[in-house]
Amino acid sequence: MTRELNVIGKPVARADAVDKVTGAAHYTHDLGFPGMLHAALVLSPHASARIVSVDTEAAEATPGVRAILTGKSLDVHLGLYMQDKRILAKDVVRYQGEAVVAVAADTLEIANAACRLVRVDYEELPAVLDPCEAMEKGAHLVHPDLETYSHMEGVFFPKPKTNIAHHQKIRKGDVARASDDAEVTLTASFDNPPVQHVPMETHATIAQSLPQNRMEVWTSSQSPYTVRHLLSATFNLPHASIRVHVPYVGGGFGGKAGLGLEPLAYVLSKAADGRPVKVVATREQEFNTLPSRQGLHSTIEIGARADGKIVSLKSTYIWDAGAYADYGVNVGRAAAYSGAGPYSIDNCWIDSFVVYTNKIYGTAYRGFGHLEILWGIERAMDQMARKLNMDPAEFRRINLLKEGDTTITGEAFTSGHGKPQQCLDAVTEAIGWGTPSTPPDVPHKVRGKGIAMLHKAPAMPTYTSCSVVIKLDEDGGADILVSGVDYGQGTYTVLRQIAAEELSIPIEKTHITWECDTAFSPYDWQTVASRFAYMGGNAVIEASADCLGQLRSMASRALDVPSELLICNGGSVYPDGQPDRAISYATLALGYTFENGNSIGGPVIGHGRFIAKGLTHLDPETGQGLPAQYWTYGAHAVEVEVDTQTGEIEVLNIVSALDAGKVLNPKLCLGQVVGGVIQGLGSALWEGFVFSEDGRFLNPAFVDYKIPTAKDIPHRTQQIFLENPQPGGPYGARGVAEHPMISVPSAIGNALYDALGIEFMTLPLNYERILTRLRENAEAT
Amino acid sequence: MTHDIVFTVNGNPERASVPATMTLLDLLRDRLALTGTKEGCGIGECGACTVLLNGKPITACLMLAVEADGQAIETIEGEAVGGELSVLQQSFIDAGATQCGFCTPGMIMSAHGLLLRSPSPSHDEIVEAIAGNLCRCTGYEAIIAAIRLAADRLGGEPHDA
Repeated sequence: MTRELNVIGKPVARADAVDKVTGAAHYTHDLGFPGMLHAALVLSPHASARIVSVDTEAAEATPGVRAILTGKSLDVHLGLYMQDKRILAKDVVRYQGEAVVAVAADTLEIANAACRLVRVDYEELPAVLDPCEAMEKGAHLVHPDLETYSHMEGVFFPKPKTNIAHHQKIRKGDVARASDDAEVTLTASFDNPPVQHVPMETHATIAQSLPQNRMEVWTSSQSPYTVRHLLSATFNLPHASIRVHVPYVGGGFGGKAGLGLEPLAYVLSKAADGRPVKVVATREQEFNTLPSRQGLHSTIEIGARADGKIVSLKSTYIWDAGAYADYGVNVGRAAAYSGAGPYSIDNCWIDSFVVYTNKIYGTAYRGFGHLEILWGIERAMDQMARKLNMDPAEFRRINLLKEGDTTITGEAFTSGHGKPQQCLDAVTEAIGWGTPSTPPDVPHKVRGKGIAMLHKAPAMPTYTSCSVVIKLDEDGGADILVSGVDYGQGTYTVLRQIAAEELSIPIEKTHITWECDTAFSPYDWQTVASRFAYMGGNAVIEASADCLGQLRSMASRALDVPSELLICNGGSVYPDGQPDRAISYATLALGYTFENGNSIGGPVIGHGRFIAKGLTHLDPETGQGLPAQYWTYGAHAVEVEVDTQTGEIEVLNIVSALDAGKVLNPKLCLGQVVGGVIQGLGSALWEGFVFSEDGRFLNPAFVDYKIPTAKDIPHRTQQIFLENPQPGGPYGARGVAEHPMISVPSAIGNALYDALGIEFMTLPLNYERILTRLRENAEAT
Repeated sequence: MTHDIVFTVNGNPERASVPATMTLLDLLRDRLALTGTKEGCGIGECGACTVLLNGKPITACLMLAVEADGQAIETIEGEAVGGELSVLQQSFIDAGATQCGFCTPGMIMSAHGLLLRSPSPSHDEIVEAIAGNLCRCTGYEAIIAAIRLAADRLGGEPHDA
C-alpha cells in the first residue's frame, strides 16, 4: 500500500532562512565572552626545516599579551584516523604555513604585533614535494617516527621508514591473465592538484579552560561529538568534562570535519589562566595553514574485449597527503573501494597509496576522493571507447553495474542499489547526445559535448551511529534534539519534515534548536559523507514512533480502548473511525489528567537511534568486504564552447541526473545539486594550489585563487532526480549532498576532447592550459 | 590617534571615537555589535562585508571607519523594518537563495544597492551587481532568481531604502 505523504517530498522552506536573511544567525565568528582573548599565529616560512630556536622574549614583554605557546611545551599527537599531527610544530616544520607559535592577547592587534616580535631560527631541511618522488627509496622522510604513531588498527596500514601513511589494496579476480587476454588496452595517467574547500566562514573556535579540568568550546565544526571525543583523547579528560557548542556554521564541505582549531584554543586558554580564547583563521590561513583536498596522481590501465566489455582494470592512486594524513588516509581507503567507477569489472587490482609530502595537508572534501579518481576513470573510459571505435555512452552502458553483478569488493549489486544506467540515459537524452552541437556564430569558436558517470558511498567507520530525542511541547509541538550539524545542506528542515510526517502534525509545530550542544543534544558521529538525512532520518522515525507509543498508552487508559485500536492523526489520538473522541497531543504531552484530578503517564520524550548495519572491515590483502551502507549513482552531460584564439571555455549546459531514492524536499535537494555542480565547475576550470620549487604556496588568497562567481556559471543547468527507492533509507531516500560535484571535471574534459580533439590529463582546465595545448597542436601540424 | 566621527547606521545617529587604522567593518561588528555583516577575507575580494554607503554597496573591510564621518550606512540589520521582512529578504527565502547563510547579508546588500539604482534590472545587471559577492554553497542560480523575484514583486519601484 502506498502511504499518502503530507510533508515529505514537499518544497518546505528552510527553517533557518529567516535568521540568515536578517543577520540574526550567529556564527562562531560573531560570538564573544567577557574577558575573551584573541589569538594570532606565527607560521613557518619553510616547507621543511628544523626549528633551531624560538625567541619569544620581546613578544612576552608586550603589554596585553597573556599567553605564548610553542610546540615544545605541547607534547601530544592528535588526529582522527592517524595521530600524526601536533597542535603547534615541534622540532621540525613540515609545510610552509604550519603554525609554530601562538599568542593570545587582549586584542587581535596586540596578538598580531606580538607575533611579529617572535624570532624563530630555522635550519632548512630537504623537502619532498611530489608524492611519486616521496615513494622512492631514499626520499626525505616527512615522518621518520611513523611507526610510533597511533592509528585505527586493522583499517589503516602505515609503512614505517617510508612516506606511505596508508596502502589500500583491492584485489579481485586475475588481472594479469585478463589483461593478457584483452583485445584492446589503454594506459593513461591523470593529475589533480590540491584545492581548498573555501567555506565563506573561515575556521573559528572559542575555548575556555575551566576549573576542575573542564573545558567549554564554541566552534565552527561539522563534528561536535567527534571534537569532544578527540579533545578527551588528546588531553586525557573525561568526556563529560568537555562541552562543545556548534552554533550556525558558514559552510564546511568536509574541511570542518574532525579536529580543527579546538585544541589550540584550549591550550591557549589554559595558559592564559582560563580566560576564553578566540582563534579565527584569516583567509590566508584558511588556505595555507588549515587542510585542503589532497592532490592525486593516478595511473589507469584498462583491458577490454573488442565488443566493449572491460575485462581488467589496474589502477594506482598516489595521494598527495601533504604533511599530515590524519584524515587523508581514509580518503585513500574510500577512493580505493570505489576505485573502478560504477562498472562491473571481474578482474581488478588497485593500489591506493596515501603519501606524505612537505605541503599543506589534506582532509575530507565533498566527494571524499571521488572527484579525483573519477577525473581519471571517466576520462579513461572515453579514451578507451575511442580505441574501440565505440560511442562513449554505449561503452559505458555495456559495463555499468547491473543487478546480479558484484562490485570490486565483492558486494552484490541489487535492485535496491539505484539505477546508474537510468542516470546515464536521462542525461544523454537531455543533452541531445549523438546530435552535433549547433555551430557557434564565429569561426574561431568550437563546441563539444561530454558525459561522465559518478558514484559514491558514505565513507565512515563500520559502527557509525546517531541518535535523536524528540520532546513533545505543551502545545503538542515537537522539539527535535540532534547533534548532526546543518551547515547549509538543509538537513534540519528535512528532519522536521520527517517528524511532522511520522507524528502527523503540521511542519510548523516541529522545531530544531540551531545550536548543537554536547551537554544536551544526543550523540551523532559527525556530519559528513552525505549520511545525515539517511541516518538522522531513520533515528527521527524511531523517536517519533516512541512518542506515538507513549501517547497511545496514555490515550488507551483515558479512553478505555486498547492501544492497538487507536490511531494518531492530525495531532490527536482517537479510536479508529471515532475522531469525535479525539484527545489532542497537547492534552497528553505532559501526562494525562482525568476529570477527578488523577494523572497518568508523564512528559512525552521519544528516543530514536541508528547504527550502520552489516558493514565490515576490508580484508587487508584483497580489500574484499562490505564498506558501504548505500551507494548513490549519477551522471552529468555537458556542452562547452571554446574560443580557439584565447583558450576561453564557456559551459553552455550541464545536465545532472542523480538517483536520490526519494527526494525528501525538492527545493533543498535542488539547492544541493546546483551548488555542488558549480563547486565541481571550480575544480574543473580554475581551482588548484600552485607551489614554488621550494614548496611555498603561491596562491593562498582570493586574488590568485579564484572560485566561481556569479559571472562564471553555465548558461544553463538542468537537474533530473530518479527515485528508485533505497531499502532502509527514510522513505527510500539516499544521500545526494556530495555527489553533484563529482565528475563535473571529467564531463568537461571529455567535452573538451569532443570540441578540440585534445586530451587533457591535468586539472584545472584553465584558459592558460587550454591555450598552451592549442598552440602546441598548431605548431605540431 | 583617534578621530571623533558622527554618522548614521540604519537611520540611527551614532557617534564614535575611532583609531585611524580601524575599518568600518570592525566599527560595525566590534563597536556597534552589528554582527550581521560578515568578514570573509579582509581584502575586499569576497563581498561578505558589503554594506550600503549612502545607498551604494561598498566592502566595509576596505573602508576606514573615519571615512564614515557624516555618512549614512545601511546594514543587514536595517533591512527588515518593524519585524517585517523586506521584499528582498522574503524573495531570498522563497527562491531558496540561502544555504550556509554566511554570504547572505552581503549578497542582500549588494542586491539592495542594485534595486535602488536599477529597479528593473536585466539578467546581466543582476549578475554584475553580485559578481563581487562570493557564495560557495548555492551556485548563484537561486540568488539571481531571488533578485529577479524581488524586482518583479516591487514592480519597478525602487527598493525602499
